[in-house]
Amino acid sequence: MTAASKITAMGLTERAKQAAKVAAEFADKVDIEARFPSEGMDALKAERLMGVMIRPEQGGEGASLTEVADICAILGQACAATAMTYAMHQIQIASLSDYAVGSVWHETFLKRICDEQLLIGSATSEAGIGGNLRNSLCAIEVDGETVRLTKDATVISYGADADAIMVTSRRHPDAAHSDQVATIFLKDQYTLEQTSVWDTLGMRGTCSDGYIFKGEAPAEQILPRPFAEIAAQSMLAVSHLLWGSLWYGIAADAVARAQSFVKAAARKSPGQVPPGALRLAEASSLLQLVKANVVAGLKQFAACKGDSDALNAMSFSVAMNNVKIGTSQTILTIINHCMLICGIAGYKNGTPFSLGRHLRDAHSAQLMISNDRILGNTSTMLLVNKQDTSLLG
Amino acid sequence: MKQTIRTLLAKHGNLPVAIESVADGADLYDAGLSSFASVQVMLALEEEFDIEFPEHLLNRKSFSSVDEIEAALSEILEDQAA
Repeated sequence: MTAASKITAMGLTERAKQAAKVAAEFADKVDIEARFPSEGMDALKAERLMGVMIRPEQGGEGASLTEVADICAILGQACAATAMTYAMHQIQIASLSDYAVGSVWHETFLKRICDEQLLIGSATSEAGIGGNLRNSLCAIEVDGETVRLTKDATVISYGADADAIMVTSRRHPDAAHSDQVATIFLKDQYTLEQTSVWDTLGMRGTCSDGYIFKGEAPAEQILPRPFAEIAAQSMLAVSHLLWGSLWYGIAADAVARAQSFVKAAARKSPGQVPPGALRLAEASSLLQLVKANVVAGLKQFAACKGDSDALNAMSFSVAMNNVKIGTSQTILTIINHCMLICGIAGYKNGTPFSLGRHLRDAHSAQLMISNDRILGNTSTMLLVNKQDTSLLG
Repeated sequence: MKQTIRTLLAKHGNLPVAIESVADGADLYDAGLSSFASVQVMLALEEEFDIEFPEHLLNRKSFSSVDEIEAALSEILEDQAA
């Protein structure tokens, strides 16, 4: 039995918990220094968790999105930056493993991701187009067997630490802004010239700096499917579900801290209900709402997986958008409740009940694909789409 | 029917290119049709033909080309006649 197969013989949850232990230890340091969560990410690699969603014939473990979501929730309770880096990497993995089937280069690359536990970044945002994933200004230039691309990427999360980056662009210099392809560039095939620094309120360890990306690679590294299809059928839903899972994790850890605060108070004065107890009950109910929202979304995704009609249906998009809106708004209410429960001990850094990092990290949730944009998108769809009123369907 | 579809696409599709330059079978999303505009076109078609798109036709594929829109409309109109 090799060292790697000894590790993969253990369950995913158990391995995720091992990695989370390491990530938790460095979470405050990563946050204060706004640096890449290298300890947590190294631990995830040591637990061989980078390629789990890839099919076994390509070296992965064929894990479902639900299983990966569980890993994200576990990491979210430890270090949100590690969890978000892992989640964003898995969004690329989902696109690659489902939308590059039959492409020899990409299938070989998937095997490499598993063997070498590579970290994949993405460059979708671009100066001049705002945050709209489905629009590009830059165009890839095909020169025989070679492609070249320059992109003014306003954000490339963990760009400096990625082993490869998936970059969106127009298909060719005459293509419409929405006629996009995605191309994988390996670390030695591009340069990054930093244009902005990720000095933010929260999620500081994702190091989402801005760069001028310049790459040159063999043309076979362009994903065979149009990016429109990848975005519509995989990327948006997978993002909302994995983000929702790690946001749940952040809120769950806040509730756990608030609960231990209330418990400690109850132990000190037996016979009296501590003042925060009722709020804790409320927070627990809200946390359950978030959990139910994410789990229902994961269930719906699993039911639709592989069925392009179902994944393209408006009702599916509405449901996934609602997962994002619901979770991102509710976690703020939950963590605020926890802050009220823990009082100054929650407000202050460096106590067992500190919630500042949780609250700051959680504030990114409404902005990562702006909730206003998503609500606008849903409201358009609801002009024609009938709301599903069934309980189970 | 194709002409009506094209007229409504020109009016509500907000395409960056002239609708005349897009072939019947060509992908409208590649031509720049946004999801917002596709819903506006859908609403215009519902008004024009006095119909309602059923749930199973509310997806990207039904609006991916002039041909696909025509196929969807024909299906709805046939169901109404039946």
